[in-house]
Amino acid sequence: MKFGVVVFPGTWSDRDCGWVIDQVVGAELSYLWHKEADLKGCDCVIVPGGFAYGDYLRTGAIARFAPVMEKIGEFADRGGLVWGICNGFQVLCEAGLLPGALIRNASMEYRCQWTSLAVERTDLPFTSQCSEREVIRIPISHGEGSYFADPATLSRLEQRGQVVFRYCTAAGRVTSGANPNGSLHNIAGIVNARGNVLGMMPHPERCAEAELGGTDGLKLFRSVAANAMKVLAS
Amino acid sequence: MVDERRLKEVALTPEEYRAIVGELKRAPTEVELGMLGVLWSEHCSYKSSKALLRRLPSTGPAVIQGPGENAGAVNIGHGWAAVFKIESHNHPSAIEPYQGAATGVGGIIRDVIAMGARPIALLDSLRFGPLPGSSRHVEGVVAGIGGYGNCIGIPTVGGEVYFDECYTNNPLVNAMCVGLVRVERLMRARAEGTGNSLMLVGADTGRDGIHGASFASLELDETSSERRPAVQVGNPFLEKCLLEACMDLSVTDAVVAIQDLGAAGLTSSVAECAGRVPGAGARIDVARVPRREQGMTPYDVMLSESQERMLVVVERGREAEVEAIFQSWDLTSAVIGRVTDDGLLTVVDGTHEVARLPVGLLTDGAPMRRLVGVAPQQPPGLNIDALPPLVDPGATLLRLLASPNLSSRRGIFRRYDHMVGAATLIPPGGDAAMLRVKGTRLGLAVTTDCNSRYCHLDPHLGAQLAVAEAARNIVATGAHPLAVTDCLNFANPDRPETYWEMEETVAGLAHACRALDLPIVSGNVSLYNDSSGQSAIYPTPVVGMVGLIEDYAKRLGAGLRAEGDFVMLVGSSNNDLGGSEYLNVEHGVVAGRPPALDLTRERAVSRLVLAAADNGLLHSAHDCAEGGMLIALAECCLLSGIGVRCPAIRPEAPLRLDAAFFGESPSRFIVSLPSRAMPELQSLARRHHVEISLLGLAGGDSIEFEGQFRLSLDEMRQAWEGAVV
Repeated sequence: MKFGVVVFPGTWSDRDCGWVIDQVVGAELSYLWHKEADLKGCDCVIVPGGFAYGDYLRTGAIARFAPVMEKIGEFADRGGLVWGICNGFQVLCEAGLLPGALIRNASMEYRCQWTSLAVERTDLPFTSQCSEREVIRIPISHGEGSYFADPATLSRLEQRGQVVFRYCTAAGRVTSGANPNGSLHNIAGIVNARGNVLGMMPHPERCAEAELGGTDGLKLFRSVAANAMKVLAS
Repeated sequence: MVDERRLKEVALTPEEYRAIVGELKRAPTEVELGMLGVLWSEHCSYKSSKALLRRLPSTGPAVIQGPGENAGAVNIGHGWAAVFKIESHNHPSAIEPYQGAATGVGGIIRDVIAMGARPIALLDSLRFGPLPGSSRHVEGVVAGIGGYGNCIGIPTVGGEVYFDECYTNNPLVNAMCVGLVRVERLMRARAEGTGNSLMLVGADTGRDGIHGASFASLELDETSSERRPAVQVGNPFLEKCLLEACMDLSVTDAVVAIQDLGAAGLTSSVAECAGRVPGAGARIDVARVPRREQGMTPYDVMLSESQERMLVVVERGREAEVEAIFQSWDLTSAVIGRVTDDGLLTVVDGTHEVARLPVGLLTDGAPMRRLVGVAPQQPPGLNIDALPPLVDPGATLLRLLASPNLSSRRGIFRRYDHMVGAATLIPPGGDAAMLRVKGTRLGLAVTTDCNSRYCHLDPHLGAQLAVAEAARNIVATGAHPLAVTDCLNFANPDRPETYWEMEETVAGLAHACRALDLPIVSGNVSLYNDSSGQSAIYPTPVVGMVGLIEDYAKRLGAGLRAEGDFVMLVGSSNNDLGGSEYLNVEHGVVAGRPPALDLTRERAVSRLVLAAADNGLLHSAHDCAEGGMLIALAECCLLSGIGVRCPAIRPEAPLRLDAAFFGESPSRFIVSLPSRAMPELQSLARRHHVEISLLGLAGGDSIEFEGQFRLSLDEMRQAWEGAVV
C-alpha cells in the first residue's frame, strides 16, 4: 500500500499527512511534486491542505492546471482513490472531480477549532473503519470552507448519498449551531458518485495521535490503507 | 555640508554627519549617506540602548548562540537546538495594522530560517488602546497575523493581548518565532571566505519600505500616515517557498551563511554579515539585483525593504547548485557580489562605484548616545485601608471575567491556525503552549509575558515580575524554563524619565534572569513609542520564554481534569492589590506598588510544582496572575467544564478578603490532584518550604464558596467569552 501526497508551492499539510502515513500507519509514502506528471505507482493520492500557489486568485483556481493534476484526473477516472483535504478539497472542486465549491466562511473569518462530524457513509474505502452513525472529532482550519452548490446539485448529492461528513453536535445532532462555516446542509465532506474521490474540509492528519487531542483521523487513514488494494483489484 | 532637510530625511544629526566626515576624511556620497542613515538609526544601531543591554546575562550551559545573530539558540538535547527570537513591528502596525503585523511575522520567521532552523511556532504579544476605539488596530493586526501565519503554515500558538489607554496611539505588535535545527546544522550569518559569492534570493526588489528603519526610530506624529509607503507589503506564499528552499539548502554544503533582509534591507544584511568576520568586506553590484520596478537608483536598491528576500553566502564555483534549488521553487536568485578581505563595503552600479565605506563604520560606527535618566514623579500611592470592603465576590468575579484584559482570547486564537505541523500538545488558552519535538519525547513550552501596568508603577520590579510570570507559565505545564528572548518597548529615550525607565527595566530583567538562571539569548528594542511627545506608552519589556520537558507524557494543562480531585493553592497570599486588575476594574485606579517578589521563594515554589509534576502527582496546574486566585480558579473550571466546591474563605488578619480573592501575589499556582497523591504533595511542600492550602473539591457545574457566592459555569462563560472580539 502506497500513499502519494501532492506538494504544490504553498502546500503545508503535506508533511503532516506524510508523518501519519509513514510514522503512525506505517504505509509507504511518496511526495508528488506538482511539476511532475507522475503518480509513482501510488494506490491513494492525497491532495493536502495549504494555500496552493498562495490562493490569491481563488482557492484551488491555479492548482488545477498543475501537471500532476492531469494525472490525478486520469487516476480517478480509472477508479483510483483520491482524497482531498482542506485546500485539497477546494482544488478537487475547481478541477471538476467533485461538484460544488468552497466559499468564504459565513463569519468572514478564519476558523481553527475542533468540530464533531456525523459519518453518513461507512461503506467507502475512506470510512470503512468508522461505525454506522458514528460521531468523530476532527479539527478544521480554513477561511474558505463553506460548502456551496446549486439546489439541483445539492439535491442530487443528498439523493445519491454522496454526503460523507456533516458538522454536528457532540451528540450527533446536525444543527446550525454546530456548523462552523455556514456550509449548506452542514456539509463537511462529500464523495463522487463512484465513491473513489473524497473531499473534506476537516484535517484528519491532525488527530491521528492521542497526544494531539484525538485519534479519530487515524480511522480514515487506516480505512484507506486497508481498502486501497481491494479497490485497485476490483 | 548637506542641508538639514536631507539629514532629517536620512535621520542623521549634524553631529553624526560630522563624525562621518571625520572618519571618511571626505563628504559621503548620496548612497553612502542613505546607507549610514539607516544603519545608524536607533532601530539598527541600538545607539541609545546598547550600553544598557550589555548588562543582561546571555550565557549558560545550554546556550549555543547568544545575542548578535539573527536569533538565539539553546541546546535541548537529543541533538536538537531550539532557535528563537522576538521582534517588534510597532510603528508599521500603528500606521497600517494589517501589513504592519503581517510583515512583522514574516520578518521574525526569516530570522529563524537564517539560522538553518525550521520554524515550528509563532507567538504574538499585542497591546492596544481600550475597545471599541482601538478596534481598527485590533482587527487589522489580528487579521494580519492570521493572514501571514495561516498561509505560510506555521502555527500561532500563543501570545498576549492587553488593553490600556497608553497604547491608544501606539499599539505594540511583538512577534516571536521558535524553530528547530539539528545542532550540527545550526547556521551563522558570517561572510566567511574571500571570493565567495553573495547571492540575493527570493522576491525581486522594489521601492517599498525605503527608510523604514529610520521611520521606526522617530516618534509618530500627524505626518506619520504619509509614511505609509515606508510600510512594506507581505507575501506569505513567497515566503513559504523561500522557507522550503532554504530547508532544501541543507542537502548541499555549498552554503556558508544565510542572512535575512529586514530593516535597512541589502545595506544592513551585507554589512552585518561582513561585520561578523574580522577584516571581511563585500563588493556588490546593484545592477545585478533583480528588480520589480524600473528606474530604481542604486540608492533605492540599497535601502529597499522589500520583503521575502534572503542573502546567501555561497562557496565560489558552486552557485549553480544553489540556483537550482531556488529555481525548483520558482524563486529568483542572483549573484550580486563577493566577499572581500579589505574590510570595505563597496557598492558599484555596473562599472561605476557609488559607495565605499568601512564595514565597521556602518555596523559599529554610530556614536553611542549618552543619555541621562531621571526618576519621574512617584506614581500615586495606594492606601489599602481606605478601600471599601469586598461585598459580593461573585459579582466582582463576573465583572473581572468580562474585563478586556482578563476575558477569554478564544475569539482571537481561533482565527489563527494553531495546529498545523501536528506538533501542538498544549494549544493556546492556558499558560504556556507546548509543542512536541517529533521523533523524541521532548516537549517545548513557549510563552510571552509582561504586565506593563506593574512596569509603569515600578519598572525595576515590573521587569522582574514579567520574567517570573513567564517562568511560571512554563512551569505550570511541567516544563523547566530554559532561556529568554526579550522585546523592550519604550517611549522616547531622550526624555530623562523614559531613559530612567529603561535603566530600571534592564536592571530588573538582569536581576531576575540571573536569580532564575535564565540567559537572554536574543531580543529587540523598540523606542519612540509615543506620539508627538505625548501619550507615552508604559515601559513594556515583553519576555518571551522557552522551556523544556523531557517526557511530554508528564505535561500538565491548566484546566481541572477529574471530578473529586483536590484543588489546592500553592504559595502564600498577601495584600497585593497595588496595580491589580481588581483595583482597575472595581475602583477605577492604577495605583500603588506592584506585588513584592521574592525570587528565592519563586524558585522554591517552581521547584515544588516541577517535582510534583515529574512524580506524576498532579492532574493540572495553572499560574495565578492578573485577577488573582479567583480568576485563576475560574479559568481552571472554564477550560475544563468542571466546577469546584469550596468552603468559605476566611483570611487571617492582616490578609483582606478582597486580596485573598483578587490580590495578585506572585509565586502562586492552582493545582489539582487525586486525593491519594495528597500525602506525597504535602511532604514535598514541606521539603521545599512552600505553603500549600486546600481550596476545595473539583466537581459540579459551578464555582461555589460556601455562604459567600455561587456562580454557574454558564454564567461565567458568558461574561468571559463575550468581551473581546
